[in-house]
Amino acid sequence: MEAVLDVRDLRMRYGSADVLTGVDFQAHRGEVLALLGPNGAGKTTTIEILEGFRMRSAGEVRVLGVDPAHGDERWRAGLGVVLQSWRDHGKWRVRELLAHLRGYYTCYQQPWQVDELVTAVGLTEHADKRVMRLSGGQRRRLDVAIGIVGRPKVLFLDEPTVGFDPEARREFHDLVHRLSDEDTTVLITTHDLDEAEKLADRILILAGGKVIADGSADALSRQMATEAEVRWTRAGQRFVHSERDATRFVRELFAQYGEEISDLEVRRASLEDTYMSLVREFEEVAR
Amino acid sequence: MTPVTTAVRAGLRRGLIELRQTMSTAQDVVNFLLPAAVFLVVMLFLRQVPVKDAPISVGAMSLPSMLGLNVAFGGLLAMAQTLTAEREDGTLLRAKAVPNGMLGYLIGKIVTISGSTVAAVLVLLVPGVLLFEGIGLTSLGAWLTLAWVLVLGLVATMPLGAVLGSLFTSPRSAALVMLPIMGLSVISGIFYPITVLPQWVQLVAQCSPIYWLGLGMRSAMLPDSAVVAEIAHSWRPLETFGVLAVWAVLGLVLAPVVLRRMARRESGSSVAARREKAMQRIG
Repeated sequence: MEAVLDVRDLRMRYGSADVLTGVDFQAHRGEVLALLGPNGAGKTTTIEILEGFRMRSAGEVRVLGVDPAHGDERWRAGLGVVLQSWRDHGKWRVRELLAHLRGYYTCYQQPWQVDELVTAVGLTEHADKRVMRLSGGQRRRLDVAIGIVGRPKVLFLDEPTVGFDPEARREFHDLVHRLSDEDTTVLITTHDLDEAEKLADRILILAGGKVIADGSADALSRQMATEAEVRWTRAGQRFVHSERDATRFVRELFAQYGEEISDLEVRRASLEDTYMSLVREFEEVAR
Repeated sequence: MTPVTTAVRAGLRRGLIELRQTMSTAQDVVNFLLPAAVFLVVMLFLRQVPVKDAPISVGAMSLPSMLGLNVAFGGLLAMAQTLTAEREDGTLLRAKAVPNGMLGYLIGKIVTISGSTVAAVLVLLVPGVLLFEGIGLTSLGAWLTLAWVLVLGLVATMPLGAVLGSLFTSPRSAALVMLPIMGLSVISGIFYPITVLPQWVQLVAQCSPIYWLGLGMRSAMLPDSAVVAEIAHSWRPLETFGVLAVWAVLGLVLAPVVLRRMARRESGSSVAARREKAMQRIG
């Protein structure tokens, strides 16, 4: 099966500064990828090159089998881009704007029905409001709706949930899962590691212009072999112990105390721990 | 339907929607009507002041000239300013993210700007014909002249406005376009006959479309006897057509190149950077 996103040795240089120094990754149909990394690691640059909004310096890039630097309008119709709105289209009403933008896709594919889309992003009550009257969170939902109105095959989201309250965030996650079930490939950049863990099938960590880790949250934490936290109760007392090989430790614990042990918990390193140690390790090597 | 017809339709609809939005926003309507009202009042006071050597009042002569100036302002300034403003706020980037969105966007802009310019012309034309002696659109020929000057004037100025709008990165710097255009309108025979100006100033003025728009409108609306206030005592319709057509061709050749270059540079981070800058200015 051909990859929806195929990036090989992507390089980007601004003046004398190398931002990307050889990025490689692939994504398949229906996959959700999260792109993580410190500020200035080149996440936005990468996503803009894939969107066809920025020319790369070198490397091979294919999005839906086409080089984004030469993508035509039919290719564009297969892409969804969620942009951060500010005050554009302030006088337009939500429904009016979505119906208008929907119109551009009708000759290529079957876009979303406006009412259905408005419901899916949770804007039903605000559908007849002018865009300038929406709150920050409502505007971001509209941004997402505009990004997906054409039923794209691949969707790009650059920090989509900034300004979302927990409920909106949960609804947004459900929507992304629904899109990926319908075979949409999603590439998302975020600073929210918890969100990346919940949403993404695979996580890419970008640092120093390269992908330094690529895998599921689980695989990454195993790869790092970070310490797990073991907690238990014995003789009415609570114990906490950090251990690299938690399985062996627990086996020995039971061998020694048997039934005296209760309330056992083993907590693997969170994605945050893994992320921090990966980035820290990378920075130490770079230094 | 082909993608292009789809986009053209979407663009036409977009233009009409934005036109309706402008007409139903109180502030926009005031911005639109106030200058016209002020101008009419001033001209009413000049209704009895005769133009030197011509059988017409300063008020009656200025009104058609003002219509011409309105067309130039709509095409040049309004086009340039909306383009820079909508580039800054990300409207243009949204258009770029949609298939054939740029085409739709431009068609929409053309509809909105021509629509509001025609409205601005009507706002002056209707009271003007009723209130000023000597102004009339009594013959079919007069209406036809008005129509072709209006249409050709828009075709000549809108692409130039788009080029100007592409050259500036923020609405603040775009405000600088105001100055030369204001300067040109002062010397273009809008507020008094151009013949009172020195020869070289007249030459400069005759290079700009503003003078010819004013002249074209006067030729449509003023009595033939008023022609004595013009250069060479002639309405010079052929020259009017020629100069406006040259500007139209120049604009239509330049605009796609400049617009494409500008659009290519738009991306999420360039809009974000401008937003940051604008926010700092406010904060």
